[in-house]
Amino acid sequence: MKGKLLFLMRLRGILQKETLQILRDPSSIALAIVMPMVLLFLFGYGVTLDADHIPTALVDDDGSSVARELIARFDLSPNFELLPTRTMAEAEELIRNRTAHAIIRLQSDFSAQMLSGQEAPVQLIVNGIDANRARLIQGYVRTALGNWSSMRLARGETAGLPAVMVSPRVWFNESTESRNFIIPGLITLIMTLIGILLTALVVAREWERGTMEALLVTPLRRIEILIGKIFPYYILGMLGMGMSVLVAILVFQVPFRGSVPALLLFSSLFMLASLGFGLLLSAAIRIQFVAAQVSIVAGFLPAFFLSGLIFDLESTPLPIQVISHIVPARYFVDISHTLFMAGDVWPVLVPGGLVLAAMAIIFLRLAYGNITKRLEK
Amino acid sequence: MKAFLLRILAIVQKEFMMVLKDKKSRFVIIGPPLIQFFVFGYAATYDLQNVRYAVFDESRTALSRQLLVHVEGSGIFRPAGYLEDQHQLNEIIDNQDARLAIHIGPEFDNALQNGRPATIQVIADGRNPNVALIAMGYFSSMVEQFNQELVERGMVATTGPGLRLDDRAWFNENLRSRWFFVSALGGIISMVVVMILTSLSVAREREFGTFDQLLVAPFSAGEILIGKSLPGIVFGLLDALIFAVGAIYWFGVPFRGTITALVLSLLAFIITIVGVGLLVSSLAMTMQQGLLGSFLFIMPAVTLSGFATPIENMPSWLQNADLINPVRYIIIALRTIFLEGANSAMVWPQLWPLLLMAAVTLPLAAWLFRHRSV
Amino acid sequence: MSSPPQITPQPAETQAKGILLVRELCKSFSDKNKPEVKALDSVSFVVHRGCITGLVGADGAGKTTLIRISAGLLVPTSGSVTVLGRDSIADTLEIQSRVGYMPQKFGLYQDLTVAENMTLYADLQGVAGTERTEKFTRLLQMTSLGAYTGRRAGALSGGMKQKLGLACALIKSPEILLLDEPTVGVDPVSRRELWKIVNELVERDGIGVLVSTAYLDEAEKCDQVVVLHEGKVLAEGTADAFIKPMAGRTLLLDASPDRNLRTIYTHLSGRADVVDVTIRSGKVRTVLAEKVDATTLTDTLGPITTHQAQPTFEDAFMALIPRSDHQHRPSSVGSTHPGHDQDEIVRADNLQKLFGTFEAVKKLTFTVRRGEIFGLLGPNGAGKSTTFRILCGLLPASGGEISVAGHDLRRSRARARSRLGYMAQQFSLYGQLTTRENLGFFGKAYGLSGKRLKTRIEWAFAEFSLAKWADTPAGALPGGNKQRLAMAVALLHEPDILFLDEPTSGVDPFARREFWLRINTFAEQGTTVVVTTHFMEEAEYCDRMLIMSQGDTLAFGTPTEIRELAKTADTPHPTMDDAFIALAEGTVITPQSAPATPMGEGKRP
Repeated sequence: MKGKLLFLMRLRGILQKETLQILRDPSSIALAIVMPMVLLFLFGYGVTLDADHIPTALVDDDGSSVARELIARFDLSPNFELLPTRTMAEAEELIRNRTAHAIIRLQSDFSAQMLSGQEAPVQLIVNGIDANRARLIQGYVRTALGNWSSMRLARGETAGLPAVMVSPRVWFNESTESRNFIIPGLITLIMTLIGILLTALVVAREWERGTMEALLVTPLRRIEILIGKIFPYYILGMLGMGMSVLVAILVFQVPFRGSVPALLLFSSLFMLASLGFGLLLSAAIRIQFVAAQVSIVAGFLPAFFLSGLIFDLESTPLPIQVISHIVPARYFVDISHTLFMAGDVWPVLVPGGLVLAAMAIIFLRLAYGNITKRLEK
Repeated sequence: MKAFLLRILAIVQKEFMMVLKDKKSRFVIIGPPLIQFFVFGYAATYDLQNVRYAVFDESRTALSRQLLVHVEGSGIFRPAGYLEDQHQLNEIIDNQDARLAIHIGPEFDNALQNGRPATIQVIADGRNPNVALIAMGYFSSMVEQFNQELVERGMVATTGPGLRLDDRAWFNENLRSRWFFVSALGGIISMVVVMILTSLSVAREREFGTFDQLLVAPFSAGEILIGKSLPGIVFGLLDALIFAVGAIYWFGVPFRGTITALVLSLLAFIITIVGVGLLVSSLAMTMQQGLLGSFLFIMPAVTLSGFATPIENMPSWLQNADLINPVRYIIIALRTIFLEGANSAMVWPQLWPLLLMAAVTLPLAAWLFRHRSV
Repeated sequence: MSSPPQITPQPAETQAKGILLVRELCKSFSDKNKPEVKALDSVSFVVHRGCITGLVGADGAGKTTLIRISAGLLVPTSGSVTVLGRDSIADTLEIQSRVGYMPQKFGLYQDLTVAENMTLYADLQGVAGTERTEKFTRLLQMTSLGAYTGRRAGALSGGMKQKLGLACALIKSPEILLLDEPTVGVDPVSRRELWKIVNELVERDGIGVLVSTAYLDEAEKCDQVVVLHEGKVLAEGTADAFIKPMAGRTLLLDASPDRNLRTIYTHLSGRADVVDVTIRSGKVRTVLAEKVDATTLTDTLGPITTHQAQPTFEDAFMALIPRSDHQHRPSSVGSTHPGHDQDEIVRADNLQKLFGTFEAVKKLTFTVRRGEIFGLLGPNGAGKSTTFRILCGLLPASGGEISVAGHDLRRSRARARSRLGYMAQQFSLYGQLTTRENLGFFGKAYGLSGKRLKTRIEWAFAEFSLAKWADTPAGALPGGNKQRLAMAVALLHEPDILFLDEPTSGVDPFARREFWLRINTFAEQGTTVVVTTHFMEEAEYCDRMLIMSQGDTLAFGTPTEIRELAKTADTPHPTMDDAFIALAEGTVITPQSAPATPMGEGKRP
């Protein structure tokens, strides 16, 4: 009974100390609150894969009413921003100086071909350097041409519809806004930063300042040291997560279709896995400078590039896909995308959650094993 | 004059020794850049492979199977399941077991035989909207080919004359996003190297107290600046050129511009970054602050550089702010040199903003050497 | 120096009263690339209840390692430490709940307040309820920290931090207190207070104390002293037992008309029959080697007044440590320079420095004459370093005028800096570069080249015995050699003025002696030296000094003049420490009125 009381008292002491330290240390606040906000706004505004209002040079060598009707179709589309030019040379110059990304050209025989019942060619030239955007432009042009044909057919005019038509539908993110994809993924990155970078820094600082030595000679048990480190940073990470979710929903209008308990459950698992990893790193590192470098290389970079945050993992070479499976962020990026856009899809959430739980247990167990009450390892 | 040259020589020699003697610094200029080069080169791609798709074929006729053979043989799509009903279709998309589901209705064959357009529904998982859109695009062009084939084989008659899209891509004819990334990669990676080297160089000396020793010696701020800049410039340029060679010979990116243009652009860019790095370093009192400062610069600079995502899609206030981002200029310069075949005159519009920035940051950093101290 | 009553336990009692038993303790550290280091080599001794045991030795003697092993923080390579009857490794947790330990860096959380730090350690040690309240009251009263409970530990002065650290270690009424160099970097007033607290604990609660220290005068406050040298116990016993055999070997020498203090000092330090020479209270204090007749000194020095002096533990310690390890012999003595004159080479007029609203330096006015050793003294945080950095041109002054050799170094061109030498507080040479490379770089920086550079580097190797470290990276040089290299760099270009910032802080007694001897030699040759230090006794080596406290002038003058200020009936022969304490406590009137004109003429004593 007495032992339990002492245990609780020591735990209270160390928890109180960690909490006060977080509250009073500007760098913890900066990492836990300012940094997430900066990242959210930077990515929310600065990173988008959508292509709207693409500046497109238009060369209309035909000038007939049919041609104008087709051009009006492009003009109405939110995807294009038409820049009429008189000659092809002029249009090519626009591409070269990056004023336009594509040229749509209707040759002089366009209407004649059309009226004589032959195939009327529409010429499209894209700047292929940004391959992704080039492909999007090609897709948009195809859709616009298809729509025009359907419209003409509906009016009883010749249209030349293809035999098989595709009717595309995108689920979960109907308007295909890349922000809806990037922001939920970014939350993973933010939690990684708090879980790994912040904890590694804090523990290293205790070594540098000599406070760790003073803690080690008290009757503090190893488990108490571990809990004392996990609990406050778990709360901090969850706060960062909650704040990011609110900003995502309120500022960036990202839909949230899952349930809050599921969000709390799975983000907790991910937070614990990150904390475990961070504490494992910090057990071996006693210098803040090294802690920052290692946690950026081992925590931040994988969470960015090997998690599917921006680049699709399934299209990467096999070795990279294999490595990505040991990155906790990979699982939570999936979970976060699903929770935001699709809802509580348990067949997606449960396997990812189980892997995260396993990682949390393994990392925390290893971190516990690495805590030593001596100065040497 | 002789004393001046002697001092310059001494400080330059010392700075190079400092970089080359320290195991960590040596590693910084070789290790992480190589890893980044390969990870970026392979992992950063918007091209799709192995897109898992499911088929719900209610028609089950020779024609529908022919279409599906087309899809399967494309090399981009990989079948993940054949579905029996709408419920399964919902499930397979929900559970992320397939990213694309093709639904061919029972009327498919009938419509084609009777000369009516047959519609097939494609459902994409929008959780990754980019993948959804690109996969849709691939699929549409495959259907287009299929249509062409049907007409050629006379299996269906066209409903009448129509439009023919004649599309071509310039500079990157096969739309490989690897060319897009790898051509600019040297700029990004050498920037990280230069930033870390220079942002730590003054901060480290401040932390270890050696900077006072330098300031007390008869060095002028300009001499210290030259000494501090040269290693960053030399190693940064070396790294960038190695990665340019790697891009050409390892990743097969074409090099269509002139070598002079490449070297000039990289040099202008690296001098600018050295200026930024030294500025960060002069402001920092400790290495940790230096590292944090360079991180604070690198994050937004790379994010808003147009390296991975286009600048034009950003809100216009952000685009205007981005005009002072040196990275955007080198990204454009490198891509135009590699893929468009630009020469020195053609990259000048990217060069002068860089040189202007260097003309501000370098003298400011030198001024701060002496004026930032506690 | 009042020693507590001597306790000389009988051997039979030893085991019974011994609460900390060190037996055949060995500890080696091995690093991948470096040869194994033997930090402790079969060390054995016993700490008793109700006694203070002092662990004395130079840096690297193994003091910290021994205390850490006793606290269960390190595992011995062989041998054992038994604390309160339990093995330090097997029963670590049990021991840790009964031992108070204060590490060198205090172990305080800078962001937490005094009260919060104490609450934390009370929680961790399981002290609760009324016991806690009573304990806090007593500790706060004892440390006089009661008024500062709401202040963050980071904002406390060095002395207060140290007392708080001690309070935290005492929360659980420990049976043994382990203190690792508790008085490093603390001003004399706080040092006295700390010892008072420790003595009170020993007398009232009868606990045992093991304290390590590099301050040799503190050894005399211990009941038992263990001298460690390179990991081995060199001697053990009461301080008196150390001092007694020294009777008759300690002499005080007065200056004579044809020989001033400094020449006597440099002369004696070169002799084989002298163990130790220092300047104390305006006299040269000499410790003779064993069986040396005092008259041999007068043979070479000529007519000179000598007195017998009371030997101290420090004398015994210096006599004990093998000589080859620390003796430095100055190369050339003899005035080669026109000497000092009345030229004012450094002048500060109403110098002021503000950091925000905090006034770090308050309107200082002083001058330094060519060829003198000028000391800037005061405890940590007094504003010495700030003043010093302004003089060197590293910091802008907020107000007032300064001139160094006719220039304001902050505004003048780079060339004006080429005639001064500078040595920073911490070791500040390039750690990755070798000794030779460092010398080469700084030589070239100051315009040396070709043959001249080569001769000067050779000179540095010879003068500072650095030849065998020529190709070792400076960062890996053993302790005292870093100091030597830093000084070699500062002197390589033969500067007219030498600026030295806390050159002896964190340096063991041997290196400090060697350092002052060198400074003396260079001053003899005509170099002006401006030096800061927080060791009051080092003031004796200065020609004139400025004592600072909280940014203000506390006193200004020659050592004799300053000692005069503290002269009272009780202390007819005050030391510099006494003078400082008297000045700080305001028991003497400081000559604030006109600090620019020192009392009397600053002639060499």
